[in-house]
Amino acid sequence: MVGKNCFAIASDRRLGVNLQTVATDFQRIYKIHDKLYIGLSGLATDAQTLYQRLIFRHKLYQLREERDMKPPTFASLVSAILYEKRFGPYFCQPVIAGLDDDDVPFICTMDCLGAKELAKDFVVSGTASESLYGVCESMYKPNMEPEELFETISQALLSSVDRDCLSGWGGHVLLVTPTEVQEKTLKGRMD
Amino acid sequence: MARFDTNVPTKGGFSFDLCQRNDMLVKKGLQPPTFRKTGTTIVGLIFQDGVILGADTRATEGPIVADKNCEKIHFMAPNIYCCGAGTAADTEAVTDMVSSQLQLHRYATGRESRVVTALTLLKSHLFSYQGHVSAALVLGGVDITGPHLHTVYPHGSTDTLPFATMGSGSLAAMAVFESKFKEGLTKDEGVQLVSEAICSGIFNDLGSGSNVDVCVITKGHTEYLRNHQLPNPRTYVSSRGYNFVKGHTEVLSAKITPLKPKAESTEVDAMEE
Repeated sequence: MVGKNCFAIASDRRLGVNLQTVATDFQRIYKIHDKLYIGLSGLATDAQTLYQRLIFRHKLYQLREERDMKPPTFASLVSAILYEKRFGPYFCQPVIAGLDDDDVPFICTMDCLGAKELAKDFVVSGTASESLYGVCESMYKPNMEPEELFETISQALLSSVDRDCLSGWGGHVLLVTPTEVQEKTLKGRMD
Repeated sequence: MARFDTNVPTKGGFSFDLCQRNDMLVKKGLQPPTFRKTGTTIVGLIFQDGVILGADTRATEGPIVADKNCEKIHFMAPNIYCCGAGTAADTEAVTDMVSSQLQLHRYATGRESRVVTALTLLKSHLFSYQGHVSAALVLGGVDITGPHLHTVYPHGSTDTLPFATMGSGSLAAMAVFESKFKEGLTKDEGVQLVSEAICSGIFNDLGSGSNVDVCVITKGHTEYLRNHQLPNPRTYVSSRGYNFVKGHTEVLSAKITPLKPKAESTEVDAMEE
């Protein structure tokens, strides 16, 4: 979700195999660099493989260009890597969030083939995505300050995962402003 | 170390590494994720000075609207634009790829791109994938030989027409065109007709919705009217909104990391002999 010169990215913490829970502290949001994060929902093995490939490409980019990748460039990179596997895709839907030049927040999501969807307000993905669309649509306000943004995104996440059997066990929220990164773990229903 | 090389940027094209694994997973009962489609209404028509293209702006993922305001009119060349329907990733990738190829061709020949060049590049790519790259396109532009409008189907067949519609809302839009189109329309009449056709797709087809995008291409000048009409404004916004008091959400742990501004590389003087 986008706020005023800041963004927040949140995920739940459950890892499961169909209806059985395997882990309750699964990290789904990965850091690419200080001002760029990617959340990967879907098949956990594809999420990890994709993350490793992206970190590899970003490190190569850093060595060549001597700077961090900008979020729109990174989004194009993820889109290309996903589309390369058009006929045998990674079962993974990424959510990318970062601060662009002049600390303008950038968010985007993709389907598993790499079709980018840039948005100015919020993006969602995962098993509870239908519910998240509805909740974010009603709770979102433009130009929220960091504290308000944190509350809104947390309430949106917790409300939606409570209505989805396959998500839950708390939440992870990362709120990034130009000067600091706040990482908070939320208390949620453990069922 | 052959396997290591797969991570290095490949020469391009599709890679089929995961097909076997995905088939195995589907057999084991994993539901493959749905792709984002642009169940769409896209139209084009030729008027007296050039070509007008129109599209709606809804992107769907199954029955859910994934994007309420996406861009379906893609840039190919300064004088050629292309509307895309079908699987969103395919239309975006195919139009980006042909756009880059046209740019390289312009550098090589030093001339303005022709619409038939774009058409041939698109149809040969789509035909070679036998319809599996699911992109249905309306390609229009004005080049040295005049205005052109073509439709390209996912299997690679093309049509050249004075007015065309594609997508799930194509029947609704074609109904409007068939009754009101005539040769030699002026620019305003053309834009009006295109907007009417897209609106009929938006209101009558469930896969199309939101706003109307229009692109007018004439000799030497292109006008991209993004969100030309917004017939579906959001009317249900609550004036109070949700107000969450700070501290409302229960937090188990918090970690705050300050971000240091990256050290700027300083200018280095050349060494003196």
